[in-house]
Amino acid sequence: MRIPCPYCGERNSGEFVYRGDAAPMRPEGAEGLFDYVYLRENPAGPLREHWYHAQGCRNWIEVTRDTRNHVISGAILAREARR
Amino acid sequence: MRYSLFTLARQALSGHKGWRPAWRDAEPAEAYDIVIVGGGGHGLATAHYLSRNHGITRVAVVEKGWIGGGNAGRNTTIIRSNYGLPGNEAFYEWSMKLWEGLEQELNYNTMVSQRGIVNLYHSDAQRDAYARRGNAMILHGADAEMLDRDAVRRMAPFLDFDNARFPIMGGLLQSRAGTARHDAVVWGYARAASAHGVDIIQNCEVIGFLRDNSGAITGVETTRGPIRAGKVGLAVAGHSSRVAALADIRLPIESHALQAFVSEGLKPTIPGVITFGAGHFYVSQSDKGGLVFGGDIDGYNSYAQRGNLPVVEDVCEGGMALMPMIGRARILRSWGGIVDMTMDGSPIIDRAPVEGLYLNAGWCYGGFKATPASGWCFAHLLATGKPHETAAAFRLDRFASGYLIDEKGAGAQPNLH
Ligand SMILES: Cc1cc2nc3c(=O)[nH]c(=O)nc-3n(C[C@H](O)[C@H](O)[C@H](O)COP(=O)(O)OP(=O)(O)OC[C@H]3O[C@@H](n4cnc5c(N)ncnc54)[C@H](O)[C@@H]3O)c2cc1C
Ligand SMILES: [Zn+2]
Repeated sequence: MRIPCPYCGERNSGEFVYRGDAAPMRPEGAEGLFDYVYLRENPAGPLREHWYHAQGCRNWIEVTRDTRNHVISGAILAREARR
Repeated sequence: MRYSLFTLARQALSGHKGWRPAWRDAEPAEAYDIVIVGGGGHGLATAHYLSRNHGITRVAVVEKGWIGGGNAGRNTTIIRSNYGLPGNEAFYEWSMKLWEGLEQELNYNTMVSQRGIVNLYHSDAQRDAYARRGNAMILHGADAEMLDRDAVRRMAPFLDFDNARFPIMGGLLQSRAGTARHDAVVWGYARAASAHGVDIIQNCEVIGFLRDNSGAITGVETTRGPIRAGKVGLAVAGHSSRVAALADIRLPIESHALQAFVSEGLKPTIPGVITFGAGHFYVSQSDKGGLVFGGDIDGYNSYAQRGNLPVVEDVCEGGMALMPMIGRARILRSWGGIVDMTMDGSPIIDRAPVEGLYLNAGWCYGGFKATPASGWCFAHLLATGKPHETAAAFRLDRFASGYLIDEKGAGAQPNLH
């Protein structure tokens, strides 16, 4: 699998660290913290997820990948995704 | 038909023409007392124990493909009860005891082979951790023995004892552990359940739930029509999240791909199951002679039911570090299965937060060994409404209450266990 880093271009997935589902947002208080830490959508299909380009530019990237076949349909810097 | 030496001899003399199918491929009826979703080892064992232990026989097991086509038929067949935490060890030891009597119970050769497992340690700290785990096992009635380096060498002289980074200092041995024939376990439970009157329905995918006005589950919607049920039990392993989502439930589970590998057939060389303590690699040898081995999950969510190359490389590196002789063997096949990884690495056997629905999920990559006890305890829960004493810790609400069963002490990380 090759991951299109927006900064470095397409790189081997071995250069990245996986962090999983990008959707959960850390809540301000205790309310919702359980959901944030433990619960997942876990879809069979497109998933927006975080990868960290540890052996490259060291950016956090939000990749959209289909969990059924690993086809990647997009990748942007995570800080831009959060805006 | 009961299997025995006598029936075997009679069939041999008549050209093996008289064998009958071991279990009945049923059509769905309108309604059952209990519908189990998922015809893997866990679902079929549940059906068997519902009928055998609780006399409940109006039971259907619905399977979207063919029975044993999921992880039950894809695993590396290791059975053991070498856990450290109280919530786990009593359960896995109960499973080990059930394995020991399984062939007699089912009248089926599930090829349970107690050839032992040795977990190697490579540092003083790891030795201490293994000694602690061994003591916990003994306290729960399991067997455990600390081996020093010489004892391991006598057992497996081919290991790289003097590896510069990961010298082998000894191991934790469980002699009663070993392997079983995964397909035979599926067929044996299917045969026993079917003989009790359980309907095994293949090519029947659950695509929704029937619910009453209060929202309670009253059956399943399938690709072969609706089936009503008093209770519905889910045992769909890697697909737990998807099926639970049909009932609007989110689970503390991610689905990941785990791979396994088999080499060409070799003469007997590996005495039992051996696990590397400094990397993730484990190996045993099948009765046909192939080395059966594996390691880590691929590490990112997947429903692809096949693995990718980085883990192939990682597993082979682990193998080479541990037993360089493996480098001469060729890999014949590799494959993947989708495993339901929970956030603490331990399973869930509990009521769902929706009336009428029960969960058996989160087996991560260690659920084959659990098959008999999982079926036993899930049947107990479905029949009595109360958790079985050995599975009482496998609660769904433990993630909220903080009573996690985290063998690795690694925290909320589904891809580490
Ligand atoms: C490569 C690999 C190696 C492993 N090695 C070991 C090992 O050495 N030791 C060990 O203890 N464990 C091991 N495991 C884990 C073990 O295989 C699983 O934990 C266990 O098999 C899961 O339970 P099961 O047998 O019921 O699952 P499965 O056999 O996966 O059964 C679930 C069934 O549900 C069906 N299903 C899914 N969705 C639906 C639906 N909507 N409707 C109807 N049916 C549905 C599936 O088709 C499947 O047949 C391994 C797993 C893998 C993948
Ligand atoms: Zn980059």
